[in-house]
Amino acid sequence: MTNNSLYTRRRIINGAGLTVSVLAMGFGLFWLCWILWTLVANGLPALTAAVFTQMTPPPGSSGGLLNAIAGSLMMTVLGTIIGTPIGILAGTYLAEFGQRGWMAPVTRFINDILLSAPSIVIGLFVYEVYVVQIKHFSGWAGALALAILVIPIVIRTTENMLRLVPSTLREAAAALGAPQWKIINFVTLRAARAGIITGVMLAIARISGETAPLLFTALNNQFWSSNMNQPMASLPGVIFQFAMSPYEDWKSLAWAGALLITLSVLTLNILARVLFRQSSTTH
Amino acid sequence: MSTETIITNPKVIVKDLNFHYGNYRALKDINLNIAEKMVTAFIGPSGCGKSTLLRTFNRMYELYPKQKATGEIILDGANVLDAKQDLNMLRAKIGMVFQKPTPFPMSIYDNIAFGVKLYENLSKHDMEARVEWALRKAALWTEVKDKLKQSGTGLSGGQQQRLCIARAIAVKPQVLLLDEPTSALDPISTAHIEKLIDELKEDFTIVIVTHNMQQAARVSDYTAYMYLGDLIEFGETSTVFTNPKRKETEDYITGRFG
Repeated sequence: MTNNSLYTRRRIINGAGLTVSVLAMGFGLFWLCWILWTLVANGLPALTAAVFTQMTPPPGSSGGLLNAIAGSLMMTVLGTIIGTPIGILAGTYLAEFGQRGWMAPVTRFINDILLSAPSIVIGLFVYEVYVVQIKHFSGWAGALALAILVIPIVIRTTENMLRLVPSTLREAAAALGAPQWKIINFVTLRAARAGIITGVMLAIARISGETAPLLFTALNNQFWSSNMNQPMASLPGVIFQFAMSPYEDWKSLAWAGALLITLSVLTLNILARVLFRQSSTTH
Repeated sequence: MSTETIITNPKVIVKDLNFHYGNYRALKDINLNIAEKMVTAFIGPSGCGKSTLLRTFNRMYELYPKQKATGEIILDGANVLDAKQDLNMLRAKIGMVFQKPTPFPMSIYDNIAFGVKLYENLSKHDMEARVEWALRKAALWTEVKDKLKQSGTGLSGGQQQRLCIARAIAVKPQVLLLDEPTSALDPISTAHIEKLIDELKEDFTIVIVTHNMQQAARVSDYTAYMYLGDLIEFGETSTVFTNPKRKETEDYITGRFG
């Protein structure tokens, strides 16, 4: 009978644990759904064709977010283009060459710090070393700040994904007489490809919503500008400015911008998941 | 100690080989000869050093820090362990197949061509011929000839292992190292591979590590029994299994131990 009471106790504990888990999940989902609902309810009516065709307006007149959308796209793409190769190279170094010596542990430690550094600190850093030197805000500076945010994320995912590649695969390539650079290029990086792409997409999702590092670097721009050497508008920056204003038309544009960012981040996340799932089923 | 077995045509000569994982001595003064175009099996309980011994032949241990081999492994008159030996050229001469199938994340065709391309500059036509030759040798050709462009990772476990054997022999090595090649496979795939080993020894010198004593008895010409880093007994397989000289060997092969 002791066995039976032990079993009953386990069942009660199991039930209690399950209940608490479900409640915790419900609590998290409740806020998420509320946020999404508010966003859609306020953003969707404001999402007109003008949002995509007109510039940010002065208060009281009609306009859109075209310059902010273009600015965000340009800086995000450029930041990703600068940050991704550096991140993949460094992550490859950590995973493939990092067993010996002190360089890799030190790099890994610094990267962890960079990964958790507040983005406003990155913005201030670029402001000091770049914006102050050239004496004006610019799209380049914004892209640079975003690139610095991309690097540690890509380093971390690249290293983790390469470490998941079984060492027998490396051994098999080495046993054929392949030099290390060929093993890495044609076998391990290829085996980890989907995971690394996922990491890059998550990094893009992260930077496309960043405001703080852009405030000190790209600033903002009321007008259309595709000149990366000039101050540049960005969606998060415009949302920050418009949402805090007392003007109703500015506020609704801010909602439209917020919805746009959320939808694009959501799309990227879903894309990343689909990619990762496809590759993990074929392995 | 047990080198009384006369091998007249040694392909590989192992002399006073010692191996260290950090401070742990995993192989103790190993001496044995590997006969050319024969199958030599290493058997023994887990941790006896049989895989370690196999992995010194192509210096696979060098991928990892703190592993070190001393002594001599003579292949074609040169010491494999000599630091001056070009490691990649050496590995091109000594093929290896692992316990778990390790197809590369690329097409079946490219899996085979990968190793060949490293040391040979073949025309497209010659490469196709080589790939077919290797796949036929590995008894896989009829199953994959219509899907050479498909991923190698999509094959079944037994097919993947034969793909790995095809990949290893495609570079035309002289020695083929098989590290428990069938322990992850079902009995039918195992039978396939054992039959294959029998055919491959016409062209290659084969060394196989196996947990399965019946397998060693079935496929090998010579057998080495190892225990705790020592080579206990080495001789012709028929002798080792029917009339072992050492009591330890007899205990192991009769199942009283291990």
